[in-house]
Amino acid sequence: MSDPVQMMNKSNSVIKPSNPKTKKWIDIFDKLRKNKSAMVGAALIIFLLLVAIFGPFFSPYSPNTQDMLNKLQPPSSDHWFGTDNFGRDIFSRIIHGTWITLFVGFSSVALGATVGTLLGIISGYYGGRLDSIIMRCMDVLLAFPGILLALAIVSILGGSLVNVIIAIAISSIPIFARITRGSTLSVKKLEYIDAMKALGASDRRIIFKHIFPNITSPIIVQATLYIATAVLSASGLSFLGLGAQPPTPEWGAMLSDGRNFLYNAPHVAFFPGIAIVVAVLAFNMFGDGLRDAFDPKSKE
Amino acid sequence: MKNNTSKEYENILEINHLQTSFFTKNAEIKAVDGLSFTIPKKKTLGVVGESGSGKSITSLSIMRLIDNPGKIVGGEIYFKGEDLLQKSESEMRKIRGNEISMIFQEPMTSLNPTLTVGQQISESYITHQELSKKEAKQKSLEMLKLVGIPSPKKRLKQYPHELSGGMRQRIMIAMALACDPDLLIADEPTTALDVTIQAQILDLINELQDRLGMGVLLITHDLGIVAETCDYVAVMYGGQVMEFADVKSLFTHPKHPYTVGLMKSIPPHDRDVEGDLDVIKGSVPSPVEMPNGCRFAPRCPFATDLCHQKLPNIETDSYGNQIRCWIYSDEWDGDPEVNVHAKTTEGTT
Amino acid sequence: MFKFIVRRIIQTIPVIIGVTIIVFSMMHLVPGDPAQIMAGESAPAQQVENIRERLGLNEPLPKQYLSYLGNALLGDLGNSMRSGRAVTDEISARFWVTIELAIYSTILAVFIGLIAGVISATKKYSPQDTIIMLIALFGLSMPNFWLGLMLIQWFSIGIDLPNWFPFINDTSWFKPSGWGSFQQIVLPVITLGTGSAAIIARMTRSSMLEVIGQDYIRTARAKGIKERIVIYRHALKNALIPVVTVVGLQFGGLLGGAVLTETVFAINGMGKLVIDSIAARDFPVVQGTILVIALLFVLVNLFVDITYRLLNKRIDLD
Repeated sequence: MSDPVQMMNKSNSVIKPSNPKTKKWIDIFDKLRKNKSAMVGAALIIFLLLVAIFGPFFSPYSPNTQDMLNKLQPPSSDHWFGTDNFGRDIFSRIIHGTWITLFVGFSSVALGATVGTLLGIISGYYGGRLDSIIMRCMDVLLAFPGILLALAIVSILGGSLVNVIIAIAISSIPIFARITRGSTLSVKKLEYIDAMKALGASDRRIIFKHIFPNITSPIIVQATLYIATAVLSASGLSFLGLGAQPPTPEWGAMLSDGRNFLYNAPHVAFFPGIAIVVAVLAFNMFGDGLRDAFDPKSKE
Repeated sequence: MKNNTSKEYENILEINHLQTSFFTKNAEIKAVDGLSFTIPKKKTLGVVGESGSGKSITSLSIMRLIDNPGKIVGGEIYFKGEDLLQKSESEMRKIRGNEISMIFQEPMTSLNPTLTVGQQISESYITHQELSKKEAKQKSLEMLKLVGIPSPKKRLKQYPHELSGGMRQRIMIAMALACDPDLLIADEPTTALDVTIQAQILDLINELQDRLGMGVLLITHDLGIVAETCDYVAVMYGGQVMEFADVKSLFTHPKHPYTVGLMKSIPPHDRDVEGDLDVIKGSVPSPVEMPNGCRFAPRCPFATDLCHQKLPNIETDSYGNQIRCWIYSDEWDGDPEVNVHAKTTEGTT
Repeated sequence: MFKFIVRRIIQTIPVIIGVTIIVFSMMHLVPGDPAQIMAGESAPAQQVENIRERLGLNEPLPKQYLSYLGNALLGDLGNSMRSGRAVTDEISARFWVTIELAIYSTILAVFIGLIAGVISATKKYSPQDTIIMLIALFGLSMPNFWLGLMLIQWFSIGIDLPNWFPFINDTSWFKPSGWGSFQQIVLPVITLGTGSAAIIARMTRSSMLEVIGQDYIRTARAKGIKERIVIYRHALKNALIPVVTVVGLQFGGLLGGAVLTETVFAINGMGKLVIDSIAARDFPVVQGTILVIALLFVLVNLFVDITYRLLNKRIDLD
C-alpha cells in the first residue's frame, strides 16, 4: 500500500555528490534541517554555548558579590531573576553557571562514551570470553538504578564537580558499551570485513577504519541524549550537596539554596530550575531529531 | 441483520471510473486512475497485473479502507446497486466483514497475535449478528469445520503463532466467510503459501463460492490461477484496466499487447514474480511519472506517436469485453495489419 | 519457558555477586583510612583501632569480602556508626516507604502515560498529539527535585496563587513533608511519577503507531468492527508488550529517583537514609542501603524479563 509513496521518495532525490559518505551526511543534514524539534534544540544549544562563552562579559553583576542589604529580593528591573539569601544576583549566577553545566555535560559524556565505545567494540569484535567478561561487568554497573551509581561513586570520591563528572561518566559507560557492541556485531557480519581479514589487515585497522565509521550514528544519538541525562544527574548530585560546593554558581546547588526560602522567596529555586529545564530540553530535542534523521526508515 | 430491501441489481459489484490517489506535500500520486469493471452475481473476477499496478489499492478502495495520505477522489463503486462511496462510515462498517469480506496476502501477519483464533472469528458474529459469546463460539466452530481445519475445537483456543501458514489462511477464510458475505475479495490469497497449499486454498475458495453463492474478486499476478478459477479477467496496468474479458476469450484471443506479453511469460507456479516479467521489457511505470499517453506505451512493441501522446479510451465490444488500446480504434495510426501475437516473443528466453 | 526462567535466574547470580563486590569495595576505595574517616579526624588512635578491629579491616581483602558476603546472606549488614543499630533494622524501618512511593508513582505514570500515549497515537499529527508530546518532552526534561519544590510552593504554600482546587479551601492542604497520609503522598508521587509518565507516553505512542500499521489491524477493520474496539482490543494489547519492559525499568529507576524526591519532601525512606548516611560518613548504612536497592532493581528486571517473555509468545527461545 505504501508503494507509491516510497516510489515518490526515491524519484524525488535531488542531484547528490558522488562520494557516498559525503552523500550520507548531506542526506542526514537535510533531514535534520526539516525537523522542527531538532532545529529548536540546535538553536537552544547554540544559545547556551553563546551564553556560556560570552555571557560572563555581559552579566550585570559578579556572581559571588554579596549584598546583604538586598537579599532575597524578588525579580525587578535591577535584578531580573531577583537575589538570593546573600543578596547575589541570580541572573548573573545563572549566566556564570551555564559553562559549568555544559562542561559537566559534555566532558562526562565524552569520557563515558569513549570508554564505553572502546569496550563495546572490543567486546563485539573479539567476542568469546572477553566479550562475556566485559558485558557481565556492564550488567553489574547497570544494576544500580538511575542516579544511584553516580551517588555511590561520589560518596566514595567525595563531593566535587570533577568527581561528579567521573561518576556520571562511569554510569554512562555500560549504555555506550551495549549500543556499540550491538552495532559492531551487525557490521562484523558484513562480508567485506571477512575480506579485509583475509587480506591480512590488522585488527586495529579493521576496527578503526572499517567498523568504527559504520557505527557512529547510534553513538552520536545516544551521546546527545545522554548529555541531557548527565545535566540532570549532575544538578541532582549538586542539589544533594554532593557536587559543586558553595559558592560555585552551579544550577543544582543554587536550587538547593532556594529550598529554604520557598515560603518568602520562591524565585531563588524557580529560576535555576528553569535554566536546567532549558538545557536538558535542548539536548533532548536535538537528540530526538538526530535519531529521526539517522533512522533510514523515517520519512522526511 | 442484512439489508435485503436494496434495489434490483444484475452485478454484485460495478466500478465506474474509480480514482484513488495518494497525496504528498507537493504531488498527487494516482495509484488507481479511472478504473472500471463489473462482477456479475456469483461469478469470479480475476484481477491480474504486476506489483504496483494498483490491484491492492483497488480492493482496499472497495472496502473504503484507504488510509491517509490516500484518498478516493472520484468514481462510483456500486455494490448490490448502491454506491459505496456515498455511504457513511458507520454504514460501511455494517457492510465490511458482513456483506463484503476480504482475505489478505500475508496469513502470517494478518491475524492478531494476542487473540485466540476463536476470539478472532467470533468477533464477526458478535459484531454483525449480535450473537452472544457462546453462540458465536459455536458458529466459529462450524466455520472451522467448513474450511476443513482438523481438530477444530482445539484450534479455537490456539493463538495464530501456533499454526502453519496454510492453516492461518484457512482461518482467514473462515473469518471472512463467517457472515455469509455476498462478495469476497481475495488479495493474493496464495502468494505467501507453498505450492501444494496454494491449490488447496484455491479449491476451498471455489468450493465455498459454489456452496454459498457469493461473488469473488480474486487479485493475483498469476495467470495460471486465473485460468483455473475465474469467470472473468481484468488485466490491470498503471492503475487502469487494459483489458476486461471472460476467461475463455482472454486466453484464446488476448487482444491487448500487454495481455499478450503476460501470456507469453506465464511464470512458474512455484515462485513469485515480482517486478519485471521476462518477456515485457522495462518495468511498471512509477505512479509519479505516469506517461501522458497509454500507460503501457513505453514498453509496448507496437507503440506509435499516438500511443505516446494520447490516452486511449476503453471500448466495449458486442460481447461486453473491453479493451483500452489504440490498435482497436479507428484512429490507429500504425500498421493496419498489425498482429499483436507476433512481435512480443522476441525477448523470450 | 521453564528452561528460560531457570537460565535467566542463573544469569542474575554473577550480577548479584558483582553488585556485592562493588558495594563491598566502596569502603575500601575511599581515599584514606576508612576507620579514621568513620571515627572522625580528631578521634583518638585507640578509638580508630577499635573500629578497625570491629569491622575486621585488618584482615586480607578477600577474607573480608567473604565474611561480608556470608554475613549479608545471613541478613547481617553490620551496624550503623551513628545509631549503633543493625543496618538491616535501619533499612527495614524505611524499606516500605520507598517501595510504596515507587509503586504509587509507577501506577500514576502508567495511568497517565498510557492514556496520553494512546490519544497521541490515534490522533497522530493533530493538535492534541502535538500538545501531549510537548508536555511529555517537558516532563522528561524536568529535574524532579525542582518539580517537587515547585509543587510544594504552589500547592502546599501557595502564595499569591488562586486556589487551584475549588474543593480544597486551604492551599496548605497538601503537606510538604513526611509520608503516610493521603495529603502527604500526593505531591511526592506526582514529583517522582512525572518523568516516567512522560517516558511511558512516548513509548506507548510509538508502539501504538507501529502496531496500527500492522496487517492484522487492517484485517480487524475489514471485519467491520468499531474503531474503538480496533484500538483497545486489537492494537493496544499488542502495543503494550514493549511498554511492559519500559514500565518495569521505570519502576526500578524510580527507586533511584526516590533519593531526590525523599530529600525534597523529607520522607524517611531508603533514599534519604543514603543521603543522611553519606553526610554522616556512616558507611555500613550507605553500603547496606545501596546494596538493597540494587538487588531490588535486579529482581525487578528479572521479573520484567520473564513477564515480557510470557506476554510475547512470538519470541523464540534463542
